[in-house]
Amino acid sequence: MTTTTAPAATTAAGKPLPRQPWNRHLLAIAVLTVLLIPLPLILPPAQASVAVRVLIFALMSIGWNMMSGFGGMFSFGHAAYFGIGAYAGGFLLVEHNVSPWIGMLVGMVIAAAFATLIGFLALRYKLRGAYFALATFAFAEMLRLWATNSEFVNRAVGYHVPLRPESSWWWMQFEPASANYFWIALGLTVIALVVSVQFVRSRAGQFTKAARDDEDAAAAVGIPVMRYKLLTMALSAAITAVAGAFYVQYFLFIDPDLAFGSSVSIQAILPAVIGGVATIWGPVIGAVVMGPLNDVTATILRNPPPALEFLQGRGGLDVIVYGALLIIIVLLLPQGIYGALRKRWSRR
Amino acid sequence: MTLLRVENLAKSFKGLRAVDDVSFEVTEGSILGVIGPNGAGKTTMFNLVAGALRPDTGRVHLGGKEITGHAPHRITAAGMTRTFQLMRPFYSMTVLENVTVAVLAGGAAKRTARETAAEVIARVGLDKWRDAPTEGLPTAALKRLELARALASKPRVLLLDEVLAGLVPAERTPVMELLERLRTEDGVTLVFVEHIMAAVMRLSDSVLVLDLGRVLTSGAPEEVTRDPRVIEAYLGEDPHAKA
Repeated sequence: MTTTTAPAATTAAGKPLPRQPWNRHLLAIAVLTVLLIPLPLILPPAQASVAVRVLIFALMSIGWNMMSGFGGMFSFGHAAYFGIGAYAGGFLLVEHNVSPWIGMLVGMVIAAAFATLIGFLALRYKLRGAYFALATFAFAEMLRLWATNSEFVNRAVGYHVPLRPESSWWWMQFEPASANYFWIALGLTVIALVVSVQFVRSRAGQFTKAARDDEDAAAAVGIPVMRYKLLTMALSAAITAVAGAFYVQYFLFIDPDLAFGSSVSIQAILPAVIGGVATIWGPVIGAVVMGPLNDVTATILRNPPPALEFLQGRGGLDVIVYGALLIIIVLLLPQGIYGALRKRWSRR
Repeated sequence: MTLLRVENLAKSFKGLRAVDDVSFEVTEGSILGVIGPNGAGKTTMFNLVAGALRPDTGRVHLGGKEITGHAPHRITAAGMTRTFQLMRPFYSMTVLENVTVAVLAGGAAKRTARETAAEVIARVGLDKWRDAPTEGLPTAALKRLELARALASKPRVLLLDEVLAGLVPAERTPVMELLERLRTEDGVTLVFVEHIMAAVMRLSDSVLVLDLGRVLTSGAPEEVTRDPRVIEAYLGEDPHAKA
C-alpha cells in the first residue's frame, strides 16, 4: 500500500502540484475492509443477510456508476448485465455442473460483450440522454422476454441451485447464514471499488470523464471518444454481472423477473443516486441506506401490522419506498449524500 | 515548405453552400489570418479542416499526407489541433486537470503528464488559475485554457477560432505576444479566424478573406485590407478602423 505522504511534485515555477485523492481512497477502502471483516461474526443472522444485501446493491451500483456517473451515459437497463451474470452462473452450474466462479467470469465476459454491442449501436446512431436511457431499457426488456420464452434457459421457471451435502468454496455453497457469504460479497465489492478508483485515475478514466464533459472538445485534444465510451460500458457491465452471479449463489434461485426486471435496473441506479453519482463512495453509501429499507419493506409485506393488512402478500412496496426516497434525495441532496458531505468539507 | 494544403473544399447544408471551392496553402512556421463578415463560412471551413465536419468535395493535406474526412482525434494525432470559438472546458475538472487530459491524450507518460501540463499552463499565463475549477473562470482565463489545452497536444498546426474575441484590449496584447512566441520559439504554424483587425494586421504573414463561402482574395495583410472588394464585403466597415 502506498502512503499518502509522498513528496508533492513541483513544477518549474515551484508551485507544488495539488495532491490527488486516489491513495486516500485506497487507504479508506483498506481500513473499511479490515473493520468489516468481523461483522458477520457479531451480527445476528438476520442482520448479516441484510449486510450481504447491502453489498450486492453496492456491487450493482458501482458498475452502474462507472458508465452512467463517470461516463455520463445514463443506463436504465443495467438489469441486462445483472441478469446475464445471474443466468450465466445459473445455467452453467445447473445444466453443465460448472463452478459458479467460472460462471461468474463467463457472465462478466458476455455482459461486457453485450454492453459493447448495445453501446456501439446506441452511439453509432447518436442516441443521447433520454433516448439512450430508453434504448438500454429496451435491451434489458428484450433479454427478459427472451429468458421468459426460451426453452434454452428454462423459460419463466429459471434456475434453482442444487443444494450440496457439504460446504465448498469451489461451489460457493455453505450452510445457511455462513459468514463466508458475507466475506465473498465483501471481497467482490472491495475489488470492484479498487477497480473503480484505478479506473478513474487511469488514462481511460480521465478520457471518459473528458468525453462526458464535452465530446467535441475531447476529440479535439486527440481522444478517440467512441473507443473509451465502449470500454467504460464494458467494464461497467462486467462489474454489475458479478453482482448477478453472486446473487444466484446466495439466494439459490433466479428467474427472468429477478434477473432482468426493471426493478433490478432501478436497484442499480438508486444507490449511486442516493449516495452521490460519479463519486467513488456514492454507490456504497447509497447501498447502506437501501439494504435495510429493502429488508424492512419485505418484512412488512410478509407480516404487515394490522393497519397495513391489505399489503399482505403483495409486491412492489419496496419500489414505492425507493421512489419516495428518490424524490426526497433529488429535492434535498441533488448531489447525493456523499456529494453533499464533500461539498461541506471542501467549503471549510 | 507547405505544411497545410487545402484544395477545393466545399460543404452545403440543405442547399446552402456554406463553403464553396476554398483552396489555400500555409507554409510551415507562418501565420495565416482568416477574415470575412459574419456568415462567410470561416467556422465551417475550420470544422472541415479539423475533421468535425466531412467535406462534400475537396481535400486537406497535412505535411504531405491526406487527412480529408479523418476523425478529429486522428487529425490531432497527425499534428493539427483546433480551439473552439465558444470556450468548451471539461467542466468537472480544474484547469490543471483539463490540460493534463490533453497531455495524456497526446500519448505522454502518466508520471510526467501533470508536470508537463503545469508547464503549459505557466506558458500561457494561467498559473494563477491553475488549481481552480473551470466553473466560474473569467472569459480571459477560459480563452487561455482553450489555448493551453490545444498546445498540450504539441501541434505543428494550430487552428484558432476567435481566440481574442470577448477579451478587452488590455487582455489581447499578451495573448498576441504569446502567439508570436509560439511561432518563433516553437515553430508552430498558426491559422486563426479573427474579427479584430488590429490583431490580423499585426500577426498575419498572409490573410485569406472569405465571403459567402468563397475565397474573395488572399495576400499580404496590407494589400488585402486595401482591396476595394474586401471593404465592400464588410459593407463599408473600414477594416483599418481601430478595433
